Formats: sequence, C-alpha cells, structure tokens
Amino acid sequence: MKYYEQVILALTLGTIVTACDAVFPSAPQEDQLLDGPVAGLTTSQARMFLRGDVAFNDLIFTTQTGLGPTFVSNSCGSCHAGDGKGHPSTSLVRFGQRDESGNTFLNLGGPQLQNRSIPGFTPEVLPAGAPHATFLPPANTGLGYLDYVTDASILANADPNDDDGDGISGRPNWITLAPFVTTRSSAEMQGGLVIGRYGKKASTYDLLQQTVNAFSQDIGIASEFAPIDVFSGLAIEPEVATQSIHDIVFYLQTLKSPIQRTPSDPTVLSGKKTFMEIGCAACHVPTLKTGPAPVAALANTEFQAYTDLLLHDMGNGLDDGYTEGTATSSEWKTPALWGLGLSSRSQGGQVFLLHDGRARSIDEAIRLHGGEALKSRNHYEALQAGERNALITFLESL
Amino acid sequence: MIGSGLHAQSDTSAGPLNMDAVYSRPFLMGNTSTVAIGGYIEVNTQHASSLGVHAPFAFQMRRTTLFASSTVAPRIKFLLELEFENGVEEINLEYTAVDIEFDRMLTMRAGIVMNPIGAFNQNHDGPKWEFVDRPLSATTIIPSTLSSVGMGLHGKRNEGDWVFGYEAYLTNGFNDMIIDNEDGRTSLAAAKQDPLRYVQNPSGSAMFSGKLAVRNRSVGEIGLSAMLGNYNASDVDGLAVDDIRSVSVLAIDANASMFNDRIHIQGELSKVFVDIPESYSQSYGSQQFGGYVDVIATILETKMFEWENAKVNVSVRGEYVDYNQDTFRETGGAIGDSIWSFTTGISLRPVGTTIIRVNYRYQEQTDLLGNPPIASAFLQLGLSTYF
Repeated sequence: MKYYEQVILALTLGTIVTACDAVFPSAPQEDQLLDGPVAGLTTSQARMFLRGDVAFNDLIFTTQTGLGPTFVSNSCGSCHAGDGKGHPSTSLVRFGQRDESGNTFLNLGGPQLQNRSIPGFTPEVLPAGAPHATFLPPANTGLGYLDYVTDASILANADPNDDDGDGISGRPNWITLAPFVTTRSSAEMQGGLVIGRYGKKASTYDLLQQTVNAFSQDIGIASEFAPIDVFSGLAIEPEVATQSIHDIVFYLQTLKSPIQRTPSDPTVLSGKKTFMEIGCAACHVPTLKTGPAPVAALANTEFQAYTDLLLHDMGNGLDDGYTEGTATSSEWKTPALWGLGLSSRSQGGQVFLLHDGRARSIDEAIRLHGGEALKSRNHYEALQAGERNALITFLESL
Repeated sequence: MIGSGLHAQSDTSAGPLNMDAVYSRPFLMGNTSTVAIGGYIEVNTQHASSLGVHAPFAFQMRRTTLFASSTVAPRIKFLLELEFENGVEEINLEYTAVDIEFDRMLTMRAGIVMNPIGAFNQNHDGPKWEFVDRPLSATTIIPSTLSSVGMGLHGKRNEGDWVFGYEAYLTNGFNDMIIDNEDGRTSLAAAKQDPLRYVQNPSGSAMFSGKLAVRNRSVGEIGLSAMLGNYNASDVDGLAVDDIRSVSVLAIDANASMFNDRIHIQGELSKVFVDIPESYSQSYGSQQFGGYVDVIATILETKMFEWENAKVNVSVRGEYVDYNQDTFRETGGAIGDSIWSFTTGISLRPVGTTIIRVNYRYQEQTDLLGNPPIASAFLQLGLSTYF
C-alpha cells in the first residue's frame, strides 16, 4: 500500500474511531431540565414512564385520529414544552361559573372554550355575558409528589376562618368527585365533597381526572372515562386507548421534582430569609410531605414545592369573575414555585406568570398579589432594592 | 447514457442539466435487448446523540433503487425507478414515465414524474452526493423524492457554451395531510403517506410544476422552479365542506465548478406558502423556508488501489430549515420550529459511480416556542454505488 493510500485509510478510520464521544453534544445540566423521572424506578416502572413519555410528547392528534373537531391544542406536549410552564399561544379559556353555585353555561359549551377547529368547522365562541378566565398551561414537574400528600396534611395548613389572625385563611376547594375517579385512602370528605388539588382553582381531584379532562376539553378526544364528544355532545367511541391514559398518568406522577440551582449561594440564602420574613411562606409553604405511595421515591418524602395546595383570596386585581368548584372568583390555589426559575426555558425565552400569564417578570407577579397576600406585597415593595433582588434571585433558583 | 457503460457523473457539476439527471445514470444493457437496467444502493452506519443521550448504534440500509429503461422506438423512451427505502419499510415507484420527443425543445412526458422543483428532487441518487444524509430542505421542505402522476412537456436547447432547458407538467396535487399529520407541522412530505395519490386528486384541480434552467458550460447552472396548486377537497359529492386552499412552492438552485472542477459548489433555496384556516392550530405554519449549500473540494486525484482516477474529496454543507415562519397571534412573537445544521465529510471515490464517505453532522433544533435548542450530532460511515 502506498503512502497516500495509508494516509487516506488512517484519516478515515481515525475520524470514525477518535471522533466518537468527543464530537457529540454533552447533556445539559440536570438542574436545567424539568423532564426526566424520579430516581429509583423499577424496570417495569421505567417502561411505563417511557410509554407515558411517548404518549405525552409524541402523540399528535389529527382529524384521522380524532382531533376536535373543535379543540385548543393537538397534543399534550404542545402545551407543556419540556414539561414546563406553557405559552400564551396554548392558553385556554374557561367560562360559565360566577360563584360556588355551579356552572350555568354547560348547555352553551362550558366549562371550556375550544377556540380552534379543524378545516371546515367553526371554533367555539365565548357566549355573551359568560364569566370567564384565561388559564396558562402549568408545569408538570413534581406532580406525583403533590398527588401523594395526604388530605390531612393539606387540612393541617388550612385556616379558613383565620383563627390565628395572620390575615391568611387558606381553605381547600371542596369539589364533586368525577364518576371515574377513585378516592384516595387518605380522603377527607365534607358533605359528600372531596379536596381538589390540581388546576388553578384546585378543582381537579387527581392526575387521572386532569388527564381525561385535558384529552376531552383541550384536544377534543373522547375516552373510556369521558365518552362525550365536546363538539356534538354525543357519546362516541374512545379516541385514545385507555392504556395510553394510564401511561400518561404514570408519567406525570413520576416526573422528577425540579432541582434547585445554587441553593447555598449567599444571595439565594439571603433572599430565602426575606421570603420567610415577609410572610410569603404563609401560603407558599416551603415543605410538604407525602404519605404512602406505590413508587418508592414518592413515598413518605419531604419535598420543597412552595405551595399549600389551598385556596386564598388574591384580591380584586386577580378576580376575573370566573371560578370552579366551591372557590370564589377571587380565590386561587397557591401555585407551586419549584421550577419557577426555569420558566423561560419552556416559555420561549420569556416569562408569562400568574394564572393567565399577565405578569412578565417575577417582580411584576409579586406586585400583582392582593387580598390575603397584600401585606406581604407591601413588605416586598418596602424592601431595599438589594433585598428585593436577593428575593428574586432565590425564586429564580427554585 | 442509456447503455453507455458503468460510470455515471460523479457529481452534478459536469455536462447535463439537473433535469437530465433522470436519464443521466449508468445502465447495463445486453447486446440483444432494448431494455437497460441499473440501480444504486446506499448503506451506512448511524451513530447519533441528542442532549447527551446516545441513540442505539445502527447499520442502515437506506435505499436500494432499481432502474429500467428502454428505447421503445426512435424518439420514444421509457424509464422506471423503483425504490426500496429503509430495507423494505417503503417501496415506492418514484418514476415511471414515457418520453416522446417531437423536437429537442418539445418532448412530451407522461406517467409518474419527478416534479421539477429545485435540483435535488430530480438529481438525488445517493452515489452522486458526498453526504449520507439528504439535505433537510430537500427532504422536509421539498419532500424529495416527490413524484406525481401527470403529463407535460420538456425541452432543451444548446447555443454555444449555453444550455437552456425547461419543464412544465400538470399533475395530481397534494392532499390535506400537509396540514393534518402526526408531525404536527406543515409538511408537504406528509401527503406522500396517501397510498391513493397516484390515482386520486383530492382538490380535483391539476397542480402545475415548472422549471427554467440555464447552464454555461464553463461556469455552472441556475434553475428557477415552482409548484402551484390546491391541496384540499373543498367539496365532496357536490357538497361544500371547506374553502379551496392553495399551496405554492418556489425554489432556486445553482451549482458551479471552478479550478478545473476541483472545487464544486451547489445549493438550493426553497419557500413554501400554504393557505391554512385562520382558526386552525398555529403549529401548522403558512410559510416555510429552507436551503443548503455544499462545497466539495477534490484534494487528491490519482491512481489508487488500481483505480485509475480515484478521487478523495472533502466537503462541507451548511443548511437551515424554518418549518413555521408565522408569528403567534397572542404575543406577536416569531414562531420557532427550525433547524440549522453543519456537516463535514471526507470521501473516497474509487470510480465516479461509487463513493465511500464519512460524515459528521451537528444540528440545533428549536421548538415551536423558541426554547433553548436541542443539540444533536451524527457520525456516519456510508457507502453508495451504482450497479
């Protein structure tokens, strides 16, 4: 073999062999991602998680597979990019319920507006005079931890009559159990109602109900659990496999919790101290604990979601005149703050905060707090700039 | 080059226009037969990684393509191209048409024809290219190989160093799967999933495909092409079920050789316009854009391993596709859903019809919302040859 022939062979083979790992992109830091499972899944649980991942992120519905004909979005993943907070382009409008007495627009398309349609169909239009609110898709992260908090733990933080006089009077949203949902072993009931814990108004009991409702109301997909087509109002054959729904529920249950970035940073620690001192933690309770759970990583574990899963009056500024369950229109469930600092990674490099995305920064979101949070907001506004920045740095670290 | 031997053009730079590529292939022909046969294969290794996660290493048999052609009579010829893609995952009749030449400037072509849009769609044979992967814009914007059943005219005229060519066909069009598919984005390629597309035409109106190309023998070629038509069924059994919706594709392609053909540059830009219902999902964009540029340099040309004119080429490709050029109605911000990619390669061509190539491709893909891109890389060793 001549010299140049050897060079060519060596060059080619060298490229193949030596280039391998060095030329491939490295993985992002784990604390920069919201997707991924909790640690310690068994192999069978890992397979269920992967099936759910595919169904959640890759299952895109078409007219052939049942999309719509009126809908909000065409897949789960399109509203929850990277399992993070959603974008205004996939926000949804709920309408028809003004107070605890129930939704009076169910015969006019309530409770959710399907504002898009497949070709040849006309999307739904908000009925005149209907009370309504816009909801931004939430992050999915750590939902399993919230699922296994016992009702007793939730009630332990409730203070519906503000007996302790701190101005904070959290209470659960007592809701009617959906017919296909089974109560938790820890379920507490009041007048035949159960405690909701998912959704902006805590009007959803568990992740099965959340998933089934999303298929039905967001994508226009009928299932074994909710066979009524939202467009025609008629019962139809399931358009999604029941197994896919169970896989998605398992996927949502076993998504990991967000990992706090730089928890030991002095500014973060200073901001956390301020967070506690000005009363934010009265609603955004730093730590909750799960009860028994079938997945080892989720069982009897403390986690830092910064929520109490309770309803709080947030004042007139955030009162859109619409509500769900037994919440009033000015009451909102305390949203979990974990993952807050990663919002821009799922919202297109910007942030859209609060229930409808109206706040374009954490600072603006805090300043829009009212009602029970007014005292804390006033404290925040009275802080020195450096203290406010440290508080925001802490929130961004979550 | 029917029956002319074993060697085809090693790249697209020399001789014929891109429109000639369908017949500019090596064929084998027996002494007593009027039928010539040929084909090519593409096989490669695939080592891919995305977000730090390696995909399982795999060998891939991407294509086995068979050609058959015959000169039926003077001025009448026929060609068939049958492709087995990804083993036997897809079996496609990519081309089966008859040419009847009344004049060099007036040849009638009818059958399943390759729509003359861009350059790659008609000039896509694996052995001609230095890269294992086809250009993104030529597969996901223009869905090469795009073939449609129809008929039309083509012709060519030589004037000194200049060659002028044209093609104009009327064919069946796309279908509404281009805006209703499991990719969740506008995709002309999705229309190819309809197995009835060679016998049915959902819109009921013919789609126009046309191209004008001019070549200077010492400089290179430039082509302008377009596809214009409707894609959806606006009425069924006489009942109106939708508005009539249009789809248009514009493309410009060029190639040039220099330094005694030691440097070759080729590229293509394409733009898609689709009429999409106002109330439909924004994930389906009304405009798409894509393009690529290849630069190939011959660094060694000599006798090697007993091949008289073996070549070693190095090559680079830059490419970009934007699947959705619309803006969000809610925020006014630009919709993402784009990919840029850079590929480098080294290849050995023992003969013009055979290539061994090593490619490294890096790409960054941005989602619909414009979130931080997902970086992926691909390392491939591929072999492709005519036979």
